[in-house]
Amino acid sequence: MKFFYQLKLDAILLPLIAILICVGGWYLIAGHEKISKVDDGFGDMTTKVERKGVSPNLPTPVETWKTSKPYVVEPLAKRGELDQGILRFAWLSLKLVAQGYLIALVVGTPIGFMLGLSKKFTQAFDPIIQILRPVSPLAWLPLGMVLFSNVKIADASGKMLFGTTDAASLFTIAICAMWPTVLNTAVGVRAVPQDYLNVAKVLKLSKTKTLFKILIPSALPYMFTGYRLSLGIAWLVIVAVEMLIGKPGIGGFLWQQYNASLYAHIILSILTIGGIGYVLDRAMSLIEGRFRTA
Amino acid sequence: MPPILELKGVSKGFGRAHERNAVLQDVNLTVNEGDFVSIIGYSGSGKSTLINLIAGLLKPDTGTARMDDSIIQGPGPERGIVFQNYSLLPWLTVIENVRLAVDQLFPAMSEQERKDYAAKYVDMVKLTPASHKYPKELSGGMRQRVSVARTLAANPRILLLDEPLSALDALTRATLQDEIAEIWQKNRTTVIWITNDPDEAILVADRVIPLLPGREGATLGQELIVDTPRPRDRKEIIKTTEFKDLKIQLVTTLLDAKKESAPTITKKLSTPDILPEDLGKKRSFNLFERPAPRRRSQLAREELKIEVP
Repeated sequence: MKFFYQLKLDAILLPLIAILICVGGWYLIAGHEKISKVDDGFGDMTTKVERKGVSPNLPTPVETWKTSKPYVVEPLAKRGELDQGILRFAWLSLKLVAQGYLIALVVGTPIGFMLGLSKKFTQAFDPIIQILRPVSPLAWLPLGMVLFSNVKIADASGKMLFGTTDAASLFTIAICAMWPTVLNTAVGVRAVPQDYLNVAKVLKLSKTKTLFKILIPSALPYMFTGYRLSLGIAWLVIVAVEMLIGKPGIGGFLWQQYNASLYAHIILSILTIGGIGYVLDRAMSLIEGRFRTA
Repeated sequence: MPPILELKGVSKGFGRAHERNAVLQDVNLTVNEGDFVSIIGYSGSGKSTLINLIAGLLKPDTGTARMDDSIIQGPGPERGIVFQNYSLLPWLTVIENVRLAVDQLFPAMSEQERKDYAAKYVDMVKLTPASHKYPKELSGGMRQRVSVARTLAANPRILLLDEPLSALDALTRATLQDEIAEIWQKNRTTVIWITNDPDEAILVADRVIPLLPGREGATLGQELIVDTPRPRDRKEIIKTTEFKDLKIQLVTTLLDAKKESAPTITKKLSTPDILPEDLGKKRSFNLFERPAPRRRSQLAREELKIEVP
């Protein structure tokens, strides 16, 4: 009982202490307003507001909270296209991520299977994959714009439904998020024990049946590890993409607020991005755990 | 009537030309329908290679492996194999593992027939209460029973057992040996049982064949016939002189073969030309004059003590 109590205390107390230390550090380097009375040269005293500190423009934790309050307290409000509650922005970003991520899985999984099954295919494509894998999303997006410059889907009234920027952002998310899925699936397929394949051989299972009854179930835990990592990357990429194309979303909001010199909102955005990324990762690892066999 | 299985002059090695590692050399084996054969040998002496050749998972380098007078081309359900490590699919329950074989091999049956058929084999290995458990929830002995059930459900003409019980504790082994022997008595399927345990070989089989290691690969030795009537009572049998004689004969054959095949080393052993530093000696630290290491080649005389076990 005491042990359990201790465990719970540590699990809450220790992270709390760490958070307090970080916030304290933040407070120390943040800028503080200094109000002084200055003679304006005509004999009148005017108040002069100055920000001082290690990083004068960085808002303090309290200022951050005050400025962010309307976005957090009304997370679903919509005051304008670029002035919405924080969760509304996050939702817009999540929708885009979901689409790009889905493309990554649908394209990446079969490639992974081919890499895992065929040595020749691996030898042929491995260099290309290794070269494309480390390319930053910032580099892919312009290529996407060029690639899909002809994409224009509009409704009857001429309102754009799906244009070049949409296609390019999906392309960027998909191609960046794809690699963990590709590589983990390949590893998973290679790691299928020979014994399972021998069982398939002795029973004379057809190729399709071997795929669905032996290979996929056996590689599934690896595949889900890849899916989890891919989701993390997709969420990472969305911010960069939105910044570049200026779409409403959590990343777009961040960049727009920077340009508007509302620095507190940058911190708000970062915390939101981190929080959502954490929740996504937890959710995926729960699903991953369900598929872990033996 | 031709024998159900016939190996003639089979040899098998792994690796390429000059680095070839010969595993089996000139193996000859004839098994008739209904035989219960056990092949006994040392670990790593090529037992699994032999059973894989019979199963068709491997092809012989020279010689032929025939079943019913036709050359074995590949694996098939008529030669069911129980693997040493059970090879159960961990994402399927006991009954689903058996159903995998049943569904594949008896497509003509109705869903209900297949269900009953699979249940019958699960019952045969006494696992009906654990039907819906996953392999990880079962003990080693239970897992191997599932494997036996899956293999038997395929209705094989030859049942190949590759050290099926070697991962189990002695008491579970004994129980499973009796159970498998009992099942054999009912079905009279031809059985080839690979083992490394002389007691097991003599207790379960009618024909015990040692796999003798040799420098050019292992080969099958003189077979021993066990004509103890069935059902065999292990407690009684292990007391009999026949059992003891057979065991002594078998163990002697295997030990002698091992001695003869003991490898001789023709390699020149070279030790590094450096001697360990005497750490007990007091040294003064000098940055520029480091003491040179002592070389073995500079020694006038060296004594080497060799202990022969």
